[in-house]
Amino acid sequence: MRLRPLQAGGGIRHDWEEIMKVEQISVFLENKAGRLAEVTKVLGEAKINIRALSLADTTDFGILRLIVDQYDKAREVLKQHGFTVGKTEVVAIEVPDRPGGLAWVLQILSESDINVEYMYAFVQHSGKNAVIIFRFDNLEKAIELLQKQGVRIYTGEEVYRL
Amino acid sequence: MIFNEEFETLPREALEAIQLRRLKALCERLYALVPFYRRKFDEAGLKPGDIRSLKDLPRLPFTTKQDLRDNYPFGLFAVPMEQVVRIHASSGTTGKPTVVGYTQRDIKTWSELIARTLAAAGVQRGDIVHNAYGYGLFTGGLGFHYGIEYLGASVIPVSGGNTRRQIMLLQDFGPTVITCTPSFSLHLYDVAKDMGVDFAKLRLRVGICGAEPWSEAMRQEIERKLGIDALDIYGLSEVMGPGVSVECLEAKNGLHMFEDHFLPEIIDPDTLEPLPPGQLGELVITTLTKEAFPVLRYRTRDISMLNPEPCKCGRTLVRMGRIQGRSDDMLIIRGVNVFPSQIEAVLMEVQGVEPHYQIVVDRVGQMDTLEVRVEVDEAAFSDEVRQLQHLEKKIEHNIKDYLGVSAKVRLVEPRSIPRSEGKAQRVIDNRKK
Repeated sequence: MRLRPLQAGGGIRHDWEEIMKVEQISVFLENKAGRLAEVTKVLGEAKINIRALSLADTTDFGILRLIVDQYDKAREVLKQHGFTVGKTEVVAIEVPDRPGGLAWVLQILSESDINVEYMYAFVQHSGKNAVIIFRFDNLEKAIELLQKQGVRIYTGEEVYRL
Repeated sequence: MIFNEEFETLPREALEAIQLRRLKALCERLYALVPFYRRKFDEAGLKPGDIRSLKDLPRLPFTTKQDLRDNYPFGLFAVPMEQVVRIHASSGTTGKPTVVGYTQRDIKTWSELIARTLAAAGVQRGDIVHNAYGYGLFTGGLGFHYGIEYLGASVIPVSGGNTRRQIMLLQDFGPTVITCTPSFSLHLYDVAKDMGVDFAKLRLRVGICGAEPWSEAMRQEIERKLGIDALDIYGLSEVMGPGVSVECLEAKNGLHMFEDHFLPEIIDPDTLEPLPPGQLGELVITTLTKEAFPVLRYRTRDISMLNPEPCKCGRTLVRMGRIQGRSDDMLIIRGVNVFPSQIEAVLMEVQGVEPHYQIVVDRVGQMDTLEVRVEVDEAAFSDEVRQLQHLEKKIEHNIKDYLGVSAKVRLVEPRSIPRSEGKAQRVIDNRKK
């Protein structure tokens, strides 16, 4: 699917920044057999589609981070099944799918002292480009900066339908 | 509110005169009627007449749980069975239960003390009491039941278990008072939340919670979640049952011991010497008026302290501190004495952690290991690994700091620690296996 890029450059309005935030669900998992399967089963039964995911883990526990097509419903069914769930706002950024593509984006960020807490790639490509989910320490500043530099950012709505 | 104005506000001198008179009579009765106590007196070279002042109390022999087991089932009763109208027993998970009996007058005394307890919590006629202590051999359910009736309030004898039905009754019958263990009150809240029932909409006003040690922080959590005043009550079947002491609504600071019926002491559990007011030690109780099953200097194994300072509620009765743990529950980890309640206090202090935890003690080689499993709720959860690791480290640090022992903290999913409908199983000690 071809996405219509959002207008970048001058005159950034704050509501745009709101639109560009993507809601991510995080789920606390103990490191024991079957927990990840249980989450995906619960979501599957509720007809919720997982768009992107990453799993961070330690020896004791893991944190599953998910982008889904129906955020509110996913949160509700997971809570009903007794999972501890959290909400985080992240940004979906288009990165050229070529050597140095990611480096270019990270360079822009590091020059402005914006920390990447974590990042993970989207399952699907958008045309020739990769879509990567970023969690920043300063979300608003990152969005503003990336837009000024002409980096394409997807709105939440676009991401859930991607 | 004070139920028995006369006896709950006696000047110290008058109270001690009553205590001495009753103690003397008790010694005479025990010596004459219970062979076990006659032997104990003889071994100590004591005659009942040797007790001339309350200062002579430390000369009297102790009674222990083992003595109760050795005289199973009725060996320590001081009246013939014709006068016993009720028998209760402890759960007896380790060996034989301990059995206690009551005369008609004992039941009346107990009922009055529960009525005093309820009044201290502001309960009166017209109140409806949801009594969720277990009915049966356990003293909690029936002890409260008779006292609630004695006061003239309405009792719902719901007992333990069947939590969902209890939520329905809380909604439909509109009780204003709940009596249950502190952990069960939080269990009720969790289940109500699952059912979409809002505790704030219930008519409950006050809870009288006991039968297991709990902390000040847990009181705050119960009060916040259930929207009630939560008061601590103390009692044990060997002495009577619930109603030995209770907090007053006015101060919520220490439990008033009904000293016209019970004579408390605090002793050092190692040297067995009496300790002065304000010092933490083992609580020892002598029953002054019990007929069927009196005990002399019963070692409760509960760790507490006594505060003789006057209270703003007007009662002149001494206040015992919240139970800090049981000497039986005390874990010795690498030579350090640890009470589960101390770990609970640490967890509650680290904001955002619910008090659902389990302590697992093990031995690896010659080394004791302490693991604390803590459930992660939404308030404590973060999508960043280092935040959660920071939480673990903070709890570990505070345990080391306050208790002087290293622990491994492990975060676990909500509800992965088994909930009990009665007493919570907080400790798994694998060293005993």
